[in-house]
Amino acid sequence: MVPIAYYLILAAVLFCIGIAAFLIKRNVITIFMSIELMLNAVNLTFVAFAHMWHQVAGQIFVFFVMVVAAAEAAVGLAIIIALFRVRQTLNVDQINLLKN
Amino acid sequence: MNANLLWLIPLLPFAGFLLNGTLGRKLPRAIVATIALLFTAAPALIVADLWHFMLSTGQQIVSITSRPWIAVSGFHVDFAFTVDHLTLIMLAIITGVGFLIHLYSVGYMAHEEGYWRFFAYLNLFMFFMLVLVLSSSFLLLFVGWEGVGLASYLLIGFYFTKDSAANAGKKAFIVNRIGDFGFLLAMFLLIAHFGSLSFNDVFMKIAATPLTGGFLTAIALLLVLGATGKSAQIPLYIWLPDAMEGPTPVSALIHAATMVTAGIYMVARCHVLFDRSPFALAVIAVIGAATALLAATIGLVQHDIKRVLAYSTVSQLGYMFLACGVGAYSAGIFHLMTHAFFKALLFLAAGSVIHAMGGEQDMRVMGGLRKKIPVTFWTMSMGVFAIAGLPPLAAFFSKDEILYNVFTSPNPLHLLLWFVGLLTAGLTSFYMFRLWFKTFFGAPRFDEHHVHVHESPLSMTVPLGILAVLSIIGGWVGIPAALGGHNIFEHFLAPVFESTAPIAESSSTSLELTLAVVSVFTALLGLYIAYTFYYRKPGTAAALAARFKPLYGLLDHKYWVDEIYGTLIVAPLLAFSRIGLNGIADTGIVQGTAVGLAKTTTGLGALTRRMISGNIRSYAGWLALCAAAVIVIVLFKH
Repeated sequence: MVPIAYYLILAAVLFCIGIAAFLIKRNVITIFMSIELMLNAVNLTFVAFAHMWHQVAGQIFVFFVMVVAAAEAAVGLAIIIALFRVRQTLNVDQINLLKN
Repeated sequence: MNANLLWLIPLLPFAGFLLNGTLGRKLPRAIVATIALLFTAAPALIVADLWHFMLSTGQQIVSITSRPWIAVSGFHVDFAFTVDHLTLIMLAIITGVGFLIHLYSVGYMAHEEGYWRFFAYLNLFMFFMLVLVLSSSFLLLFVGWEGVGLASYLLIGFYFTKDSAANAGKKAFIVNRIGDFGFLLAMFLLIAHFGSLSFNDVFMKIAATPLTGGFLTAIALLLVLGATGKSAQIPLYIWLPDAMEGPTPVSALIHAATMVTAGIYMVARCHVLFDRSPFALAVIAVIGAATALLAATIGLVQHDIKRVLAYSTVSQLGYMFLACGVGAYSAGIFHLMTHAFFKALLFLAAGSVIHAMGGEQDMRVMGGLRKKIPVTFWTMSMGVFAIAGLPPLAAFFSKDEILYNVFTSPNPLHLLLWFVGLLTAGLTSFYMFRLWFKTFFGAPRFDEHHVHVHESPLSMTVPLGILAVLSIIGGWVGIPAALGGHNIFEHFLAPVFESTAPIAESSSTSLELTLAVVSVFTALLGLYIAYTFYYRKPGTAAALAARFKPLYGLLDHKYWVDEIYGTLIVAPLLAFSRIGLNGIADTGIVQGTAVGLAKTTTGLGALTRRMISGNIRSYAGWLALCAAAVIVIVLFKH
């Protein structure tokens, strides 16, 4: 039996990697992937707690998160493609149309 | 007689005002004039019917009440009209003289712009003036009071493109505001002490208590302040001479015959109240006498024909005040009536002279008009003889009645007041004959090739004729017993003033005769001096003026009263408004708050704007930082 703490530490590490990547990376697709990473880190904690307490709610929650993430990926990728067509770049520092 | 007809008396002129005010601009002049005349003639007929009804049935009071106007927990005011004999006389003067002046205006204003506007305002004035005298409560009277002030303002400033006219209108309005302030305070006191504003309630309550002085004096003095504003008495008389900027028929109707007598009417109406306050009565008497003398002396040196008449009006109003002040209300109202006749006549005749001279008002360039405009000359002569107090014309009886009442009054100052009244009578006679001689006699002092003097049209001369007849016979209703009459007028008003009036019939006939002879002698003396100065030896006046230069200057500048008010009241008020209200309150506080708020938000915005960099990673950084902060706080809180 793997202790719960291991799962949580792993999830925290993944989440922090996600945040760090979000803040550091300039490529929109990479940022997008880091968001997915954070989501999955959270999913991991949900599943771990669900297993620990023998409750099914946490697992159901994970399914919802996955559905939302899939929808988000679909919309997000579409936006990214549209953005690339207009700006010819995926560098977020140059995508600042709303400034000023 | 259906009492509901009372409503129609003021409402008909109001309908005329609405018609001419809304449609008049597009209507031809003849129709505008017809509307105005019809809607003033109709109330006159109703009033005549009312006279007939009240005299034939002997009914003293006709009144009518509509639904409540204001009803608040125990205090209520109704729309209610009451007609007693005093109101009846006022109604007759207003509708009768009013109609004649409307008729006159048809001719006088024929060539003026804004014909419809003039008649609309004139009808509006009639409406408010009739409300004023018909009302049976202080509040409704106040509505009329304010309304005539408004109409007066509009008509003084009728030639509003002229600065002086617009300013004169404003002056009249503002000065009257001061008086109205007193009237308002008096009404508040009445509500506080009697819980009612109805004349009947208030006077019954006063009659039921033995109170004298105290707050009654306060109320009375505040009412006097109101009356001094409306009736142009010291200290608020200054607006009336300037009001002559209005068209002449307006001066005749509003500033001589009717509106300015509202103050006297109000004092007479509230005689129950004033009788309880000897102090307030004494104040009225002193104000009246002082105003009569002051205005008469200023009138001596005026050159503008209308200004002479204006000061004469102020002076005659002073007489009426004096009469009220010694408790001789019916004498005051008597003089009010005869004054309405002869002063309306004088103004209209002066208007006819001005009309004939093509708009010239300066007597220095008139002269010799007697032969050229005979109708005007003869009618105006009647007015001049009447105001001078020569028997048997109107003012002889009314003025003597006042002087006699003053002489026999218990007022400790009565001899002084009487003497001032007599002196004023002499001065009045002098300046009126001065006007007469300067205008109608001697050689013409204008260029006869340029000024085509012409007699006025029939619509102007007919009112002149009627008013001249009234100025002659108007006083015969009040011939005192000492002169073989019955003083019908005083008996007629006796029911109204019964609480006051010990009708002084029993008193000395010889005294009354002596006083009459003295005043006639004074009037003749005035006539003789004017004759010497301005007819027999012209130039005497100029020589005298040169010899008593400071005195002449004082009179010529109207005792510097306007300047004194300007320095003592207007200038400080203006300074306070500019610095205190405009500078500190408006620019400083009001504008300062608004601008300060705007500046603060702009500054805060400039600071927070730095956070909105448009860089998505910086937003994410802020988000992460704040989330971390929240976690830290949550963790370490426990």
